[in-house]
Amino acid sequence: MIPVGFAYERPSSVDGALALLAEHGEEASVMAGGHSLLPVMKLRLAAPELIIDISKLSELSYVKVDGDEVAIGSGTKHRTVEASEVLAAEAPLLAAVARTVGDPQVRHRGTIGGSLAHADPASDLPAAVLALGGTVVLRSPRGTRSVPITEFYTGVFSSVKEPDELIVEIRVPRTGGAGWAYEKFTRRANDWAVVGVAVVDGRVGLVNMGQTPLRATATEEALAAGASIADAAALADQGTEPPEDLAGTREYRRHLARVLTKRALTTAAGG
Amino acid sequence: MSIMGTRVRRVEDPVFLTRGATYTDDLTDERLSGALHLTFVRSPMAHARITSVDATAAREAPGVVAVITAEEMDLEPTKHFPAVPDAMARPWLAKDVVRFVGEPVAAVLTEQAYQGEDAAELVEVDYDPLPVVTTLKQAATDETLLFPEAGTNFAVPSFGNDDFSDDLFEGCEVVVTREIVNQRVAAAPLETRGAAAAWGEDGRVTLFLSTQNAQQSKGEVAGWLGVDPAQVHVITPDVGGGFGAKIGADPEFALVAWAARHVKRPVRWNESRSENMTGMLQGRAQLQTITIGGNRDGKVLAYRLDVLADAGAYPRIGTALPTFTRMMAGGVYDIPKVETRARVLVTNTTSTGAYRGAGRPEATAAIERAFDLFAAEIGMDVAEVRKRNVPPPDAFPFTNKGGAQYDTGEYAKAIDTVLEAGGYQALRAEQKARRERGDVMQLGIGLSCFVEITAGGMAAEDATVEVHADGTVTVLTGTSPHGQGHATAWAMLASEKLGIPVEKITVKHGDTDLIPKGVGTMGSRSLQSGGVAVYNAAGELADLAKQRAAELLEASVDDLEVAEGEVRVAGTGTGITLAQLAEKDQLRVETHWDQQLPTFPFGAHLAVVELDTESGKAVVEKIITIDDAGTILNPLLAEGQRHGGIAQGIAQALLEEVVYDADGNPLTATFADYGIPSAAELPSFTLLTMETPTHLNPIGAKGIGEAGTIGATPAVQSAVCDAVAHLGIRHIDMPATPLRVWEAINAAQNGTATTNGSDA
Repeated sequence: MIPVGFAYERPSSVDGALALLAEHGEEASVMAGGHSLLPVMKLRLAAPELIIDISKLSELSYVKVDGDEVAIGSGTKHRTVEASEVLAAEAPLLAAVARTVGDPQVRHRGTIGGSLAHADPASDLPAAVLALGGTVVLRSPRGTRSVPITEFYTGVFSSVKEPDELIVEIRVPRTGGAGWAYEKFTRRANDWAVVGVAVVDGRVGLVNMGQTPLRATATEEALAAGASIADAAALADQGTEPPEDLAGTREYRRHLARVLTKRALTTAAGG
Repeated sequence: MSIMGTRVRRVEDPVFLTRGATYTDDLTDERLSGALHLTFVRSPMAHARITSVDATAAREAPGVVAVITAEEMDLEPTKHFPAVPDAMARPWLAKDVVRFVGEPVAAVLTEQAYQGEDAAELVEVDYDPLPVVTTLKQAATDETLLFPEAGTNFAVPSFGNDDFSDDLFEGCEVVVTREIVNQRVAAAPLETRGAAAAWGEDGRVTLFLSTQNAQQSKGEVAGWLGVDPAQVHVITPDVGGGFGAKIGADPEFALVAWAARHVKRPVRWNESRSENMTGMLQGRAQLQTITIGGNRDGKVLAYRLDVLADAGAYPRIGTALPTFTRMMAGGVYDIPKVETRARVLVTNTTSTGAYRGAGRPEATAAIERAFDLFAAEIGMDVAEVRKRNVPPPDAFPFTNKGGAQYDTGEYAKAIDTVLEAGGYQALRAEQKARRERGDVMQLGIGLSCFVEITAGGMAAEDATVEVHADGTVTVLTGTSPHGQGHATAWAMLASEKLGIPVEKITVKHGDTDLIPKGVGTMGSRSLQSGGVAVYNAAGELADLAKQRAAELLEASVDDLEVAEGEVRVAGTGTGITLAQLAEKDQLRVETHWDQQLPTFPFGAHLAVVELDTESGKAVVEKIITIDDAGTILNPLLAEGQRHGGIAQGIAQALLEEVVYDADGNPLTATFADYGIPSAAELPSFTLLTMETPTHLNPIGAKGIGEAGTIGATPAVQSAVCDAVAHLGIRHIDMPATPLRVWEAINAAQNGTATTNGSDA
């Protein structure tokens, strides 16, 4: 439970962090809260040569309304997202989902950008941002680009983020008036979701139902076509190939996706 | 006023909550200065032939002082349970064959702890895989042998009836049988295992060990090293949980001591959580076939328990525990005919040992399941069928069919008390209403009634009490705690007799030079053995003080009383303090106490779960318990024991299971995968009070450390099964995870369930 030796840098600015990333690329790992990175390092499943600690970069910590969207700095801690009045009014789903991450200690260290960058399909926040139709803003010395979350993930623990890029911001549409719900199914309070379903404004994001966070497109289309919640929810697992582990078989996860989608849609509809 | 029975706060806690305890890994003892750190290279294979071990690169790694492989070890492989075949001896470091994932293959000694993990990675071990045995049924076929020279996977000859009688169930109107699993669980103490060794110039070794019993550890390690026990000094610092898995010494301890002698430097070892989850003894691991027969009026006439128990790769204390299961098979019930058998097998898994209850929870879980199945078959209420089969209070002492003599018990009263407190009839009405409405959230009600054996087989302890000239008191005990609160409780017992406040009483334990004799803390034995010894020693000290004071005060001993740390002439203002007496002459008493017989605490648990029939998830809403452990010395400590026990019981019923894949890889080697509970998974417990004293010791106390676990597990499992009983399900194995419950519901709805319920 002791990591392989590594170098450590704590740049004082985003530009400093980007310069280090540009120099070290894949040999470096960016650390914010460290709650995903450090365990895999301690188990020696990851051995970065350099840790770039961005946890003190206050320029990455903010939540603000920006036009039709809410802009959230990637270094914003889950606890801040959870308690944000801006998000409570403009994207309450995100605040509610952040509240289900880990425990208070985890939420006081972990960040939204770290969670999205880690690209774990069992994480809550990526599916929530997916349901919200959000955008990931990436920066590198080469410039800044915005990637719709629908195009961000490429597989388990992988995304289109290049080794020299840093997630600097997450943008989600203002959905204050829309119905929303998050159903997270766990064995224990602190566990990762066996399956999770985030619903907002008729869009459905699925946690732990495949290689990446997924949208339940069949359900969304059925809803748009006027189907009942029960009928639409029955399609939630369509096209998914969820993982199998001790917590769930593929069949069980598909079943849970249907059940949880029905519940989330019912809640979102005010039921 | 007597201090007995009062809620004295734990004297241990101020330090634990501020500076923190001093565990083995925290020690800054000067004897350990300059100590090397030992890191094990452990097998990643469950069963394989070792074709080569190459430590060349590791020996050249930074900070490495030595790498020890089987080649360097001069200690012979040792059996860790006497009755097993010699071929089942465990090598200290694997030489030719590894038999479980986590078996030590080499040990790296480094100046710094972190260097050890780097160097361990450089030890190259080539393995040639062998067929793996992970299940009991697979082991019982003897097709693949762990120890070919032994000729069998059976660790010991079968305990009990080798051939069952044909007519056991003759005359029964109803007979129900089924196979049930009492799954393997991990003790998972928050302090993992640790040891440190320093050899002195006098040829003695000082061993700092995280153990539940220093004195036993001393004997074991001395035997393993082949040295005179007088040459071994064991010191037990604070111990952060044991749950049975820290009884005695672990093989790694001997290796630490051997390595320290080998390199002539102090050596310390503290394992990681990952190591702990494969290296430490695990518990339960029984496959049981239960058969129960009786009449439709609810009278049970015969019961048979057939156990296959998993010893793991190298048989240790777990080999013996099924004998407790057999002894307690009949539970609280007066059953005319009981037959039991237990067979213990080796498999390519971590060795098993004691885990909170150690053999008795397995008995209780089996008989309580059997009663539920029987009740369901005859269509009788589970409480009613239990009450029709328990012995009445005037039947005690009651000898069960396993030969155990229950000292005292009021089983029907315990059942009635939890039913009444839980509002049993109202719960049943609510359950009926939900079933009629077809609610998604169904109610399950589970009842268990249990009796267990405490201080079984080893009820003797010594104690020393000394009053010093400054008025303080030192208590020496052979029962060393690992979280129970002995420092508080033993001080209370001395205080009761001496009238000296607990703040002035220091309880010392876990140092074999200071306290050469002791059995330790396990099997819910401490209060009735070590505690009573302290109580008696303090009483004898009070008598001694009265004799000495009689001369000084020119009074008759009969007129003297000891109160508030003083010997007084009753009814006068005359007296002399114990401190003054100690100033004149050493005031110290050492005594021996042997209770001779075990005691039998009992109780009843009523669990209520709410079960989501769509997801299969059960949540415990209420648990109402009676854990009657005789007279309670300190309700605060007793409640703490019950809380922890109930939590572990609920966890076994719903969450915890050590799982191996078919290749013997552990799938639950981290806390992310292994289901230890948190407060969020547990309800507030309703603890009812019932105290039926034992006559076997002067304070009337029985043991309470394991009761909660024993009662809660079957109650919660039963509640889960009950929540889905109306769907045609009679049994779901533990842990009743959402997945397993959902599969049972599915099977029932698809008509694939067996006649005895589901095969989930």
